[in-house]
Parts: sequence; C-alpha cells; structure tokens
Amino acid sequence: MKSFMKTAALAATLSLCANSTVFAEESVRLTGSGASFPAPIYLTWFKDFSKQTAGVTVDYQSKGSGAGVQDFLNNTVDFAASDSAMKEEDMAKVAEGVQLLPMTAGEIVLAFNLPGAPKELKLPRDVYSNIFLGKITQWNDAALVAANPDMQLPDLPITVVVRADSSGTTAVFTKHLAAINPEFNSTLGEGNTVNWPATDKFIKSPKNDGVTATVRQTPGAIGYIEYGFAKLAKVDFAQLQNKAGNYVVPNAESGAEALAAVKMPENLVAWLPDPDGAKSYPITSYTWMIFRKHNESPAKAKAMREMVEYGLTEGQKIADSMGYIPLPQVVIDQVRKASANIQ
Amino acid sequence: MNKPFVVPVNPDSACQPPSTRDFLLDRIFRGLARVGVILILALVFALVFEVGRKALPGMEKHGLDVITGSVWDVNQNQYGILPAIWGTLYSALIALLIAGFFGVSMAIFLTQDFLPARVAAVFRTIVELLAAIPSVVYGLWGIYVVIPTIRPLTDWFHTELGWIPFFGTSLSGPGLLPASLVLAIMILPTIAAVSQDALSAVPMKTKQAAYGMGTTHWEAILKVMVPSALTGIFGSLVLGLGRALGETMALAMLVGNANQISLSLFAPANTLAALLALNFPEAGPNEIEVLMYAALILMLITLVVNVIGSLIMAYAQRGAKG
Repeated sequence: MKSFMKTAALAATLSLCANSTVFAEESVRLTGSGASFPAPIYLTWFKDFSKQTAGVTVDYQSKGSGAGVQDFLNNTVDFAASDSAMKEEDMAKVAEGVQLLPMTAGEIVLAFNLPGAPKELKLPRDVYSNIFLGKITQWNDAALVAANPDMQLPDLPITVVVRADSSGTTAVFTKHLAAINPEFNSTLGEGNTVNWPATDKFIKSPKNDGVTATVRQTPGAIGYIEYGFAKLAKVDFAQLQNKAGNYVVPNAESGAEALAAVKMPENLVAWLPDPDGAKSYPITSYTWMIFRKHNESPAKAKAMREMVEYGLTEGQKIADSMGYIPLPQVVIDQVRKASANIQ
Repeated sequence: MNKPFVVPVNPDSACQPPSTRDFLLDRIFRGLARVGVILILALVFALVFEVGRKALPGMEKHGLDVITGSVWDVNQNQYGILPAIWGTLYSALIALLIAGFFGVSMAIFLTQDFLPARVAAVFRTIVELLAAIPSVVYGLWGIYVVIPTIRPLTDWFHTELGWIPFFGTSLSGPGLLPASLVLAIMILPTIAAVSQDALSAVPMKTKQAAYGMGTTHWEAILKVMVPSALTGIFGSLVLGLGRALGETMALAMLVGNANQISLSLFAPANTLAALLALNFPEAGPNEIEVLMYAALILMLITLVVNVIGSLIMAYAQRGAKG
C-alpha cells in the first residue's frame, strides 16, 4: 500500500514537473541523500518547499551519513546530509569545493526501563560514561544511589542497548563520552561504530526503532536514542549532568542553551562534545547539509540556495515540534551568508 | 541394394510417426530447458565469482585472522567473524532441533490417519501460512511477544540451574534462545510441508502390508512409514537448515548482535547474515572487502551443510534399501 502511494506520489510529481515545464522556464530536480537522524524534518521541509516553489522538486533518501557522503563523492547526488560533517580528506576529493551548512540540531537522550517508571532519574557524568564502558553494571550501584537518594533503585543488572548499525548517532554520542571520560577515549574511542565491551549485558539493536523496542522490553535496560524519537515513542529518559555540574532535562530550551554556548567558526563546523553553560544539555549536536560550491547547472544552484533559505526561515519554525532544536539567530545569519557560495 | 526403411502409414490409425511439428517442438523445448539449466548454473557461478573477486583484497590483507579473530572494530581496522560463525551454526542447530521435532511430528500427525482428510488439509494450509509472514514481522513479534513470554522461565533456569553452561547468564532480552525459537517457527513450514509430501508418497500398500503383518498403528508409523520416507524427511531438514543459516532480518533484531562466543542460550550472540545486513549500508571500502569475505564464508558454510546433508541422505537411502 505504502509503495503504491509512493508510486502515485511519484507519478503526481512527475506529471507536475511536466506541467510546470510548460509554464516555468525549466524544471529542476534536486536529489540528496544521507543522515537518517534529520530525515523526518528534512522530508517535511522538502515536501513543503517543493509544493511552494514551482518547477522545483527535492528528493531525499535517508540512508545514513556515511552513505550520503559516499554518494556525494561519487557525484550521484546534488547534496548530501551528515551528522558527522565531512572528513578533511573527503573534502579534498571534491574539485568543485565543498560548502557545509548546519541546518538543524538535535539531542541524544538516555532512555531507560526501570520498574515503576521513575521520572526523575539523574545520571552523573562519571556514572553514565562508566555504564557505557561496562564498569557500572548494577542499578543499585553506590554511585547511582548517591545521585538519586529519593529513589528506590532495584537490584537489577544494567542491560546496555547500543546501535548495531553504523550510525551518526553513535558518532555524536561516543564523541561526548570520549570528551568526558579519558578511559572511554583511550579504550573505545569515537566513531560511527565502536567496539563496545563484549559482555552478555551489552545488546546491539538495529536503528533507533530497534534500540527503543529493546529498551522497552527489557527491565533494567538503558540505551541512547535521538530526542525526537524518544519523544515520539514516549519512553522515559534520564536527566544528565552537564559540564557545570547541573542535571538537565533534554528539551528544546536546554538544547538551545548548549548551541548558544559554542561560537560557530568560519567553516560552519562546530562540535559540542561537552558544551559549557549552566543549563546546557550535554549531548547536543548540529547536523549538516553538504553542497558543491560550483555546480554545473546555475538553475540547480539557485534552487538549492532557495531550499536552504526555506529551511532557515519556515523550516526552523517546525523544528521544536518535531523534536529538533532551532538554530540560534547568529548561526542562521552565518549560514545564510555562506549559502551564497553555492553557485 | 538396401531399401530405405519406410514406416507404413495408415491414415486411419491413431498411431502416427512424429510430424515435423512434433519434432520441432521437442527440439525447442529441449533447447529451452538446457538454456534454463545453463543460466541457473551461470548465475550461481557469477555470484560466487563476483563476491569472491570483491573479497579477494580482504583475504589477502587479513588472511585467516578474519576467521579466527573475535573482535570487530572498524576504527582499529580489526575484523574477526569467529563469534558470528559460531552464532550462525549454534542458532541454526537449535532451531533445527526444535523445528525438526515439531515439523516431523506434525507431518506424521497430518498424514497418518489421525485426522479426517479435510481437517488435515486445513491444518496443513495454516502451517504453510507461516511461510508467508515477512521476516520483519517475525522480528517484531519476537521482541514484543516471545522475549517477555520466556523471560520468567529463563530467569528460573538461570537461578536454579545456573551452573550448567547453557543457562550460565540471565536473559537480557535479545539473545540466542529467542532468536532460535523464532527461527524454528520460520523454518517449521518448510520442514512440515516437505516431510508431509514424503510421508504421503509412501504407497498405501506398504502400510496395508504392515497392518497385514499384525503391527499396531504406531508400529506401522515408526517402523515402516517413517523409515520409508526417511530420504524425504532428511531432505526437509537440510532445506530447513539452509534457510536457518541465511535468515537475516528477524535475527538482526533478536540475536543481540554481540561479538562474543558463549555456550549460554540466554546470552546475546551474532550471526553472519545479521552482521552483513547491519554493516553493509555504511561500510567503507576496507570494511566492504571483509564483509564480502564473510559473505563467501557464509556461502561456504551453506554448501558444506548441504553436502553433508546429501551424504547423510545417500547413506540413509542405502541403509533403507540394503
């Protein structure tokens, strides 16, 4: 049924394209691929943008940050999207020049499953990093009890649920853990996949849905998922201790605080492995769209600039409701200026 | 001088020598069948060749370390699939034991006059419907139904009988046992259907003769019918095992994907098919070589299992005849 509707939609867009050629000078079809984390908001943007702009359609395939960059390098897409920006060596391979633009931002939450569904679970920095190192293995560990004196923590083993597939979410999460815990940095490091401890209490599940389902079905489980996803799936998530030492609930405000704490550099690639600020949520990250500076077709370049502009104006308005963090105004201005480089 | 052989043709007879048309049709059909066979063989070879070609750099770089290693760390360029090989064989074997027992029992029950023929047909259709359920649905069903259902049982086994290595760890959720259980249900229709065909193919007279010798119902089934159908039943088990080895999506969701070798039924494990499915989409060039290598090994395992199955079958056949 779904594929039928897709086909129907495709047919409709195709015929729309055909029609608009008659009226507009030419029809432009942009294709992009990449990160799955911002895919829900991007798809909404592209749908509305295509509807508003005659003669322009945008197709986006959510296949993962790494795959998106790969497609971009192979010249099979007009733009890519990535949670982990782009490696220097990959950028050097693009003769036309690369322009990275942060388009939205997100948070990663620690979802858990405890009997009685306590709402106010607080996790200190050393505790949650050590849980993911496999060093804290019981819910009634002294460090956990000390941080949650009012809570009756059960005598349950902690089952850690991590991503089985290669993922930008894992990259952002491990970047943070590596920044706050030197041992994590030296043993596991950071990356789209890392070599998690091989014990029977570390379970790998595919995608955000898989991690969410496993956490839900396993008493004593904890796992990292995207905030938007956790909000949608209505799972319980923990308050995390930030750099300033405060426990912070993940939401749009605490995410915006974190973004505001970091100054965006010239190349528009800012990392927040451990943001400052009293109210900042500790695991917050930008996500980027990747464009070529020199495009063969001026019409395509123009359409892409318009698409970015749409994302920066209308697009930011729906960010909060979809579980993303709107960009700070300063960053919006910077991105708008840089988008002129797409020619 | 020899006269050429002439077929006497009687135009009124129904017996006619093959006409040119019959002759041509026969030729064309034979040709088509031959092309079909060659195409299938070519496809298999092309597949093995293509996977092998892409796996070659990985094999040269890592050699046997991939097969003997047990760490999969892309960042350190370390690739070991021993836990995945272990998990593939272990989960398939358990699934085969469970599905084999139930599948063959079901086949006996449905073919040996325990039920009216019509009711048996309904049952058979229901079992075959299991084969039509998509793999992902099995995976979700495993997470939301199987795991919560078996959890109290596994907890009991772990606390009471934890000294037995098979129950050495508590069930965290996804793990070898839930994966094997779901796998067993997935291969059940294959085993049940093929075994049923094998049992129905035993001539009625064989059974009547057995009754004539004074056997009871069960003696006739276990000593005459099942041994006569043994080749087919073995065939069904080999088919089922083949499917179990290659099953991907449900296992990726249920097995826990942990790179460790454990005898415990409740521990998370990994399988080759799940490893391939989960790592391919975002694999870099280095990783792809190793994944192709792993794919080649999976094919090899399936081949070996099939050969062993055929050998057992041939042996059983000889035993049954001799």
